Amino acid sequence: MALFKKEFIIDSNDPMSYGQASSSFKKTLKQLGVAPAIIKRTSIAMYEAEINTIIHGGGGTGSVVIENDHIEIIFEDHGPGIADIDLAMQEGYSTASTEIREMGFGAGLGLPNIQKNSSNFKIESKPGEGTKVTIRIDL
Amino acid sequence: MTVLKHSVILDKDKCLGCTNCIAHCPTEAIRVRQGKAYIIAERCIDCGECIRVCPHHAKKAQSHTLEALKQYDFTVAIPAPTLYGQFRDHTSIDMILTALKKVGFDDIFEAAEAADIVTAKLKKMLKTKDKNVPWISSSCPAIVRLIQIRFPDLLEQVVNIESPMEIAARIIKNEIYPDKKNIGVFFISPCPAKITAVRNPIGSKVSAVDGVIAINEIFLDLQTAVHSLDSIEELGKASSWGISWARSEGESHSTEWTETVAVDGIGNVIKFLEELENGKIKHVDFIEAMACPGGCVGGALTVENPYICKARIIRKAAKVKRPPEERNKTEKRDNLLMMDAELSPAETLKLDNDFKTALEKMSRIEQYTEELPGLDCGSCGAPTCRALAEDIVNGCAKKNDCIFVLRNEIKDLTENLAELGSWMPPLFSKDGKKK
Ligand SMILES: Nc1ncnc2c1ncn2[C@@H]1O[C@H](COP(=O)(O)OP(=O)(O)OP(=O)(O)O)[C@@H](O)[C@H]1O
Ligand code: SF4
Ligand SMILES: [Mg+2]
Repeated sequence: MALFKKEFIIDSNDPMSYGQASSSFKKTLKQLGVAPAIIKRTSIAMYEAEINTIIHGGGGTGSVVIENDHIEIIFEDHGPGIADIDLAMQEGYSTASTEIREMGFGAGLGLPNIQKNSSNFKIESKPGEGTKVTIRIDL
Repeated sequence: MTVLKHSVILDKDKCLGCTNCIAHCPTEAIRVRQGKAYIIAERCIDCGECIRVCPHHAKKAQSHTLEALKQYDFTVAIPAPTLYGQFRDHTSIDMILTALKKVGFDDIFEAAEAADIVTAKLKKMLKTKDKNVPWISSSCPAIVRLIQIRFPDLLEQVVNIESPMEIAARIIKNEIYPDKKNIGVFFISPCPAKITAVRNPIGSKVSAVDGVIAINEIFLDLQTAVHSLDSIEELGKASSWGISWARSEGESHSTEWTETVAVDGIGNVIKFLEELENGKIKHVDFIEAMACPGGCVGGALTVENPYICKARIIRKAAKVKRPPEERNKTEKRDNLLMMDAELSPAETLKLDNDFKTALEKMSRIEQYTEELPGLDCGSCGAPTCRALAEDIVNGCAKKNDCIFVLRNEIKDLTENLAELGSWMPPLFSKDGKKK
């Protein structure tokens, strides 16, 4: 059994709540006394994945698990999915609409940033079915 | 006067236990227990937010008074530039500085002059692009403490240059009056955070400042002195840049660097730092972050309205035409500018030193949070339901402190009682009499 587990509903209809899951988990990590460098990496990776779930996936669910030696973060949505994952992973690639860009997203840096900040990163997606992102950060 | 590490204190007689302050505390450091507010010392950053919001003026700051000057043979005042904005435009900076001498100080070194010196150093630092950008200003001690407590992962981005106050004091003692015996250096402060920064220094092992007098403590004396000046000495040395540090954007603009940002007000700073942690802040090299609304002009120990003060600072600074200078500079100067102690995370939020125990406590906190009503009403004396959950797990509160939980328990209890009351043992008849 996981030492700690928490689930989140990621609602895309409420812009005020964007980033709330990452924000709350960040606080958890600080209270647990996790090393600042790890908090920094986790914050960035989790925030980018949460935002992608909202703006590209149309909302979904998130979960965090803490084990003795690692953190695992999962975001899952039933949005449009990603046809070409390799392409999506490229720095600067983005399908974000003008509206989304106006909100300050859509530089095409999210996925590469998640990769950079996680120890292990997996993205599973089928067009038309949805996307699941799994981030592992070693403690 | 007992010397506490913090300067914000509670006047128990005035506190009604109204819970106004607890929701406003940015580090959730206040609880109401037994009808009185109580400050959790390890969490307090002395930002003065509670002093500002308390309707009963029960929160105050411990400042020195002019009496303290008597302990020294020679005294120097370091007035914060915010002091200049407490007086109307026709009271010039030189008049205020002369008045400071009249109330008892032997010499003056403006914090604004030290701000000019910090500016020169910041400019050099910004030119050498560093992996730590964006840099976060270290001039507001409430913000540095906030970062130590709530944003430990951002600590390495805090500029390791001392605050103008500390630098001014070091210059006075090491470069201007190195041979003076029994010299007392006093900062004239807009806020409790600076008082605490002297008692319990952040970036230096021991502060070179000997005492701090709050602006609202010295104001009336100064006002009287200003009105009875025989002559006005030309004491002002700071440039308009340094004087502008009193208000938001003053510090960031003084760097003359394009990619800077100024954030003021503790709530705004917290939101901004959250975004910075998320990697959302881009194309910024320097962040000026001030705890008070409008910058130091909004300090909790000032007299004048922050916006009036800010407008006056802008006008008074505009009148000053002299360039920044670095008088009395010796080969010691470079060292005097830097912090001599490491900024380390304050582990006050940490639930336990043992990771497994901390995790176990965290799981219980999550569970209690689920069980509480989520109204964050403050009636339990904690700022949020989650904070109560944390207090329960830390052993300093009970679930029944929540009035809703208590009410439900009473309801269950009365229902049980009623049910028990209506229950007739088989030997009893319907009217309850044993025939
Ligand atoms: N959950 C998702 N569902 C559908 N498409 C996605 C999802 N996540 C990412 N993508 C696709 O991958 C692209 C690249 O994602 P990435 O996070 O790197 O950049 P971005 O979100 O467009 O911009 P930024 O993250 O810099 O704001 C997106 O533009 C989108 O087409
Ligand atoms: S902004 Fe200025 S007045 Fe307010 S706490 Fe910080 S240093 Fe003090
Ligand atoms: Mg993205």
